[in-house]
Amino acid sequence: MTSANEDLQPAPTTDHAGASKSKAPAAVQLPTRESAAAIKRRDRLLTILVPICVIAFLIAFWQIMVTVNETPHYILPGPDLVVKSLISDWHILLPALWVTTKITIASLALALIGGGGMAILLVQSRWIEVALYPITVILQVTPIIAIAPLILIYAPTTQSALLICAFVVAFFPILSNMVQGLKSVDHNLLNLFELYGASRWQTLIYLKLPASLPYFMTGLRIGGGLALIAAVVAEFAAGSAGAGSGLAFRLLESQFRLNISRLFAALFLLASLGVLIFALTSFISWWTLHRWHESSLKREN
Amino acid sequence: MIRFARTCAGRPSPDAELSMVTAEPGSTALSTARSTPSSRPLVAMDAVSKVFSNGTLALSGMSMTVRPGEFISLLGPSGCGKSTALRIIAGLGGISEGSIDWPSFRINARGLPDGDISFVFQEPTLMPWQTVFGNVYLPLRLKGLSKKAAADKIYAALESVGLEDFADAYPRELSGGMKMRVSIARALVTEPKLLLMDEPFAALDEITRQKLNDDVLALWKATGITVIFVTHSVYESAYLANRIVVMKARPGRVHADFPLHTSLERDVRYRTSEEYRQACADVSAKLSEAMGGEEH
Ligand SMILES: Nc1ncnc2c1ncn2[C@@H]1O[C@H](COP(=O)(O)OP(=O)(O)OP(=O)(O)O)[C@@H](O)[C@H]1O
Ligand SMILES: [Mg+2]
Repeated sequence: MTSANEDLQPAPTTDHAGASKSKAPAAVQLPTRESAAAIKRRDRLLTILVPICVIAFLIAFWQIMVTVNETPHYILPGPDLVVKSLISDWHILLPALWVTTKITIASLALALIGGGGMAILLVQSRWIEVALYPITVILQVTPIIAIAPLILIYAPTTQSALLICAFVVAFFPILSNMVQGLKSVDHNLLNLFELYGASRWQTLIYLKLPASLPYFMTGLRIGGGLALIAAVVAEFAAGSAGAGSGLAFRLLESQFRLNISRLFAALFLLASLGVLIFALTSFISWWTLHRWHESSLKREN
Repeated sequence: MIRFARTCAGRPSPDAELSMVTAEPGSTALSTARSTPSSRPLVAMDAVSKVFSNGTLALSGMSMTVRPGEFISLLGPSGCGKSTALRIIAGLGGISEGSIDWPSFRINARGLPDGDISFVFQEPTLMPWQTVFGNVYLPLRLKGLSKKAAADKIYAALESVGLEDFADAYPRELSGGMKMRVSIARALVTEPKLLLMDEPFAALDEITRQKLNDDVLALWKATGITVIFVTHSVYESAYLANRIVVMKARPGRVHADFPLHTSLERDVRYRTSEEYRQACADVSAKLSEAMGGEEH
């Protein structure tokens, strides 16, 4: 009896021990997995919250400094006044924002078509490149502000002059990136296309264009930023008033009238437009490349 | 394991043929059964020299005839011009002297072979923006085949390298060996007569390399394709090839060119056989000769 009991007893004990052992790691593992997800979520939240907090802090600091020092509003208005003028001058600022946006987007689109097309043309033959590339470089290295007056004289309208200025500036980074991209196609892939008797056209469509897409996207991101800058700079140079004036003119006008809070409001809109263009071009770049290109991939080891 | 969707119609069973191939003197006639003298050569290179634009003499007076059904292993010290020779055989890059002819191929307007030759580079050389399917589709797409018309061939090629489940994957999602297999599938999808491989498995680990070697060998047996396989490895060439071409460097030329026939099926048993050991020793000796006392 006793021996049987002894035989029986250890068995359940070991079973129990085994069960609790196998349970223990699971009980430990689950929370860690959960907290890993939680950490990830918190991380994402923080990457959004931290910059917002910093900006909020700076605005609060600005407001406090202005209030404490009693800075006159024609020198430095507080954020409250900027917001107020943003609302009250909306009917002036909105059309101006629209004009600047139109010029920037249109010039960027033209630069994309022109720069991309020109790049394709340049790489077709060495002689085309030899003939045309220096001209594009000269066009690029000449400060846009210096040729703006000329363009203003020759262009039929101020709007089209601004468009041309912004185009010229955005054109070059797109062109040079695209040329770089078209030229840095894997030589073995080129060999492969030649081996299979691909036509020039097929090589362009199936190989060179897709291979240069990452470079084109870099050009797009740089060009988008530059187009806005150029649109503003050119409008400074033009300095023309009227219904069709953009944000840059409103900036100058506000400065003349010492309406500094409106100046800040216009500045805020310009910055927002810049951020929007940056976000948009970055998104387009990510969207077209994320499935295959290293630059858009998470590193997973 | 590899499966073959395609076999070369009209050919006698290559396995049976190969088992007849022996190293005994009496069987020499049989050993060339795959390449009867009457069949036209695939490639005839005669005293070809190649000078690069920077003045490098990469090949000098290289002659070599490739006959149908051969599995040629091209061996030689680094920089001796193996890749250059292979590119010339593919019709890529011109020659400076001598002549090269492709008697069994359609010749295009530029005097180069038009299709029917496939190339597997040392790197997988895949288009990263295309899926595995898209990459294998490429040669057929360039020929003007629609995706629908090509699909069956593509899946057959993918199946032959065991990647039919990865058709929609992008190259970055594959391992090095899998990428190489995609590259092989792309080379096979056109059902070429001549398959050129430039150190295709050099970057892979021994086991993967071994498996892919067996795959290539099985493919060669099943389809009767002609293969030229560049390698640095004496063991690889002794395992795979039925003809060894050893090249000498500076300038590149053929040092030795000899058949390698075995009585055994080339498989695990062959790998551990005395015959294989002997073949390795022979090839190794020729390679040492070609390196001319150089350290290696
Ligand atoms: N595009 C090129 N321009 C100039 N010289 C070249 C070029 N390609 C190869 N060479 C030269 O030609 C010679 C042969 O090169 P090749 O690539 O054919 O050698 P290889 O036998 O394939 O060498 P490895 O085994 O290292 O791949 C080398 O000396 C190399 O320097
Ligand atoms: Mg090489």
